[in-house]
Amino acid sequence: MTVQIEPGRCFHCGEKIPPDIDLSVEIQGERQPMCCHGCKAVAQAIVDNHLEDFYAHRTDPAATPEALIPDALRELEVFDNPSVQQSFVHQKVGDLREASLILEGIVCAACVWLNERHVNQLPGVRSFHVNYSTHRAQVTWDNSQIKLSQILQAITEIGYHAHPFDPGRLEAMHKRERQLAIRRIGVAGVGAMQVMMMAVALYLGDYEGMQLDIRNLLRWASMIVAFPVVVYSAQSFFISAWRDLRHFRVGMDVPVSLAIGTAYIASVWATITGTGEVYFDSVTMFTFFLLLGRLLEMTARHKAGQVADELVKLIPATAHRRIGNQLEAVAVADLAVGDEVVIKPGEPVPADGLVREGHSSVNEALLTGESMPRGKHPGDSLIGGTLNIESPLIMEVQQLGQDTVLAGISRLLERAQEEKPQVAELANRVASWFVAALLVVAAGVYFYWYQVQPENAFWITLSVLVITCPCALSLATPVALTAATGALTSEGVLTTRGHALETLAKATDMIFDKTGTLTYGQLRLARIEVYADSDGPQCHRIAAGLEQHSEHPIALALREGVTPLPITLPVAEVGRGVTGRYEHAEFRIGNLDYIRAWHPEFSGNVSHSSEVYLATHAAVLAAFVLEDRVREEAQVAIRDLQSQGLAVHLLSGDAPLAVAQVARELGIAEYHAGLLPDEKLNYLRALQARGHVVAMVGDGVNDAPVLAGAQVSIAMGEGAQLAQASADMVLLSENLDAVPVSVRQARATMKIIRQNLLWAIGYNLVALPLAAVGYVAPWMAAIGMSGSSILVVLNALRLRGGRLPHSDEQVTATRQRVPV
Amino acid sequence: MEILYLLIPLAIIMAAVAIAAFIFSVKSGQYDDLEGPGHRILMDDDDPLIPEYKPKSRRLKKKK
Repeated sequence: MTVQIEPGRCFHCGEKIPPDIDLSVEIQGERQPMCCHGCKAVAQAIVDNHLEDFYAHRTDPAATPEALIPDALRELEVFDNPSVQQSFVHQKVGDLREASLILEGIVCAACVWLNERHVNQLPGVRSFHVNYSTHRAQVTWDNSQIKLSQILQAITEIGYHAHPFDPGRLEAMHKRERQLAIRRIGVAGVGAMQVMMMAVALYLGDYEGMQLDIRNLLRWASMIVAFPVVVYSAQSFFISAWRDLRHFRVGMDVPVSLAIGTAYIASVWATITGTGEVYFDSVTMFTFFLLLGRLLEMTARHKAGQVADELVKLIPATAHRRIGNQLEAVAVADLAVGDEVVIKPGEPVPADGLVREGHSSVNEALLTGESMPRGKHPGDSLIGGTLNIESPLIMEVQQLGQDTVLAGISRLLERAQEEKPQVAELANRVASWFVAALLVVAAGVYFYWYQVQPENAFWITLSVLVITCPCALSLATPVALTAATGALTSEGVLTTRGHALETLAKATDMIFDKTGTLTYGQLRLARIEVYADSDGPQCHRIAAGLEQHSEHPIALALREGVTPLPITLPVAEVGRGVTGRYEHAEFRIGNLDYIRAWHPEFSGNVSHSSEVYLATHAAVLAAFVLEDRVREEAQVAIRDLQSQGLAVHLLSGDAPLAVAQVARELGIAEYHAGLLPDEKLNYLRALQARGHVVAMVGDGVNDAPVLAGAQVSIAMGEGAQLAQASADMVLLSENLDAVPVSVRQARATMKIIRQNLLWAIGYNLVALPLAAVGYVAPWMAAIGMSGSSILVVLNALRLRGGRLPHSDEQVTATRQRVPV
Repeated sequence: MEILYLLIPLAIIMAAVAIAAFIFSVKSGQYDDLEGPGHRILMDDDDPLIPEYKPKSRRLKKKK
C-alpha cells in the first residue's frame, strides 16, 4: 500500500521539483530527490531519528512543510509561559503536565506512527497519543525535563504543526455522550444475544411441548437479562419521551418507549403469573437496533461539530506586540484593546483592529468568499482571522475575543442551528397521531372485553398493543435513513443531521455559491495574449521572475509550471505591481493602472476576468489572463440537477461579469452577482416565502448564515470550517457529482420510507380488527410484529446495495478518492 | 434437563462478565478511535528488539 512517487517529484511530499532545485536526502541507502529546503530538513530529521519506516508505511505523500524559520520556532516559546498555559494545560502530580494538541498535516496512518515514535522518544515525554479519527493528540510531559515548546518544535521538525487547544466543554460532553451510547449498545447487544438464545428454546418449546418448570426457568432468566437492557440501555428513549410529554408533544420516542415499556411489563406479568406469552426477545432486539442507528447519526454529527471547534485555529495563538521600538511575542489572550501589533506577511490577523502603518493586501476569503486579496492602508479596518499577504502591517487592536467579527458569526450560527430541526418534526407528528389513535382503540377494546369476558380482557388488549406495536412504524424512517446515510458516506457525502435527506428530497430550488463551490477558488493562468512580436514563453518566464517573492494569488498562478528568470532589483508596489531589471532592460508587471504610468495611451483589454500586463519602457509585451477555473464536473452535475426538476440559482459576491460568464458556461439562467451575505439570505427568504424548499451549496464563512438559513445545506469539504459546521451535509470528496447523487439517493430514501410506512400502517389496519375481536393469540401477534419489523429493515437495506444511482454522464466521470 | 438449572444461571453470569469487560474497555478509551489502531498493527514497531536498530535517544532514556 506504500505510495509510489513518480520520478521528477519530491520523495517527501510528491510535489513537482522545480528545474533549478537539486536537493536530496539519503533514505534507506538511496538518494531521494527533494523539492525544497523544507522537505529536505524534514526528511533529514526523520532519517536522523531512525524513523525511515515512515516512508515504507505511508499511503499518501506528506504535506509540504514550510521551510523552518528560526523566528517561527522562537514563537513557540510563548507556550511555555505559565499564564498562556493556564487555558489549555492540565497540571498533574508534581511536574507532570498534560495538554491536548490539534495536529495539522496528518494524511495517513503512517503520520500517526511517525509522530508517536518521534515524540515518545524525547526524554521527559511520558506519553504521547494521537487519535487518528480526530487528528487530536494528548501529551503528558515532565516539566522539569522538557518544555512544551520543545515538544511542539520536535513535531515541527518532522513537518507537522501542532496547536495546543482547550478541549472545552463541548468536546468533553461529546466524549461522554459517545461513551455512554457505546456502553448502552454493548449492554443491549449482549443482552439481546442471550435473550434470543433462550427465546429460540422457548419457540421450540411452544411448538413441541416443554416441561412447565423449564419453560418458567427460561422465562425468568430472560427477564433478568432483559432488565438491564430496558432500564439502562433504553433509558434514553424513556427520558426523551418523558420530556416530550411534559411539553405536550408526542415525538417518536413516545411510541418507542411505550412499546418497550408495555411489552416488558406484560412479559414480566406473564412470567410471574406463569400465563400468557413473553416478548423479551423483541424488546431487547428492538432496543439494540434503534440504539445502533442513533450512534451512527451521533458520530456523523460530532465529526462535523468538531470542525467548528477548530475555528479557534483561524485566530493565531501568538502575536507580536510593539512597545516603543521593541517587539515581543505575546499570547493573543494577553492582548489588550489599544495595543499595537505587527502582522508579518503570511501571518493571520490576531484580532479586529485598524491599520496604523504599512500598506499590504489581506486575504479575506474566509469571511467574504472573495478570492482576490484586498488592499489595506492606514485607517482601514482589519478582521481577525484574515491573512496578511504582502508586507508587514502595524495594527491597533480594537476588538478582542468575544467581540470580534468572527466570534459574532459563530454566535449567529449557533442560533441558526438551534432553530433548525423544527421542519423535521412534522414527520414525527403524523406518526404520533397514529399512535394516539391506537392507544384510544386499545383502551376501547379493553373496556369492551372487560364487560364481556373480564378474564380475557388483559390478554386481548395486550395482543392489540403488541400487534399494533409501533416498532415497524418507528423503525421505518430511522433504518432507511441510516442505510442511506451510510451509502452516501462511502460516496464522500457526510450527512450530519437526520432531517437532511428528507428535506433534500423535497427541495425545489438549489442555490450555488460561485467561488470555491462551482469553481476551484484559485486563480489559474488561462492564457497569455501576446502583443506585437514578443515571445510568449519568454514573457511568462520574466513575469514569473518578477513575481518570485510574492505570495499573492496572481503571483502563485504566474509562477506555476515555469522556471523564473533571475530578475534584479525588484520593487513591488502594493496592490499594483512589480518593477525589476532583466539583462539591462527594465520590466514591469501589474494592473492596467500601473502599466499606464509608462504607457498612458494603453487601453488594455476590456474583459471579464483578472488580467495583468507585462511591459518595458518601449512597449506593452503581453497580457496574462487569469481565471478561477470552473470545476470539471460542474456542468454535468448542474445539468443533472436541472433534469431532476430542480431550479438552479447562482448567488455570488463577485463582480457581475465574472458571475455571468460562469452562469452562461454552466447553463444557469437565474444568477445574481455582487451580493453580500445579508442579501443572499434575503434572496433565499424570498424564495422560501413563495413556498419553495431551498437547498444551498456553499463553502465560505460568508455562506455560513445562508447555509444555516436554507432548509437543507451542503458545504464543500475543503471550504471554510465554519461553513461545514452549519451545513446539514458535507461533501468530503469535493466533487460536485455527489450533489445530484445525493438528491437521487434522498428521493430513493423517501420512496423506501413511504413504502415502509405504508406497509406498517396497512399491516396494523388489517391486524387491529382481528386482534380486537380476539382472533389473534399474543404469540401470533409477536410473530406478526417481528416479521413486520424485519420486512421494514430489509426493505431499507436495499438503499445500501450496489452503486448509488449516478446519471449516465457521471458514470464515465472519474471518482475522486474520499479523504479520511 | 435439570442441568439447565446450572447452565442458565451460568450463562447469565458470563453475560454479566462480558458486559463488565465491555464497559471497562469503553472506559479505558478503547472505543475513542476506531480507525487508527487498525493501521497500527501494520507499522513495524519491533525494531527496538533488534540491538543494532535501537534508536539512540531511546537507549539514553533507558540509561537514565
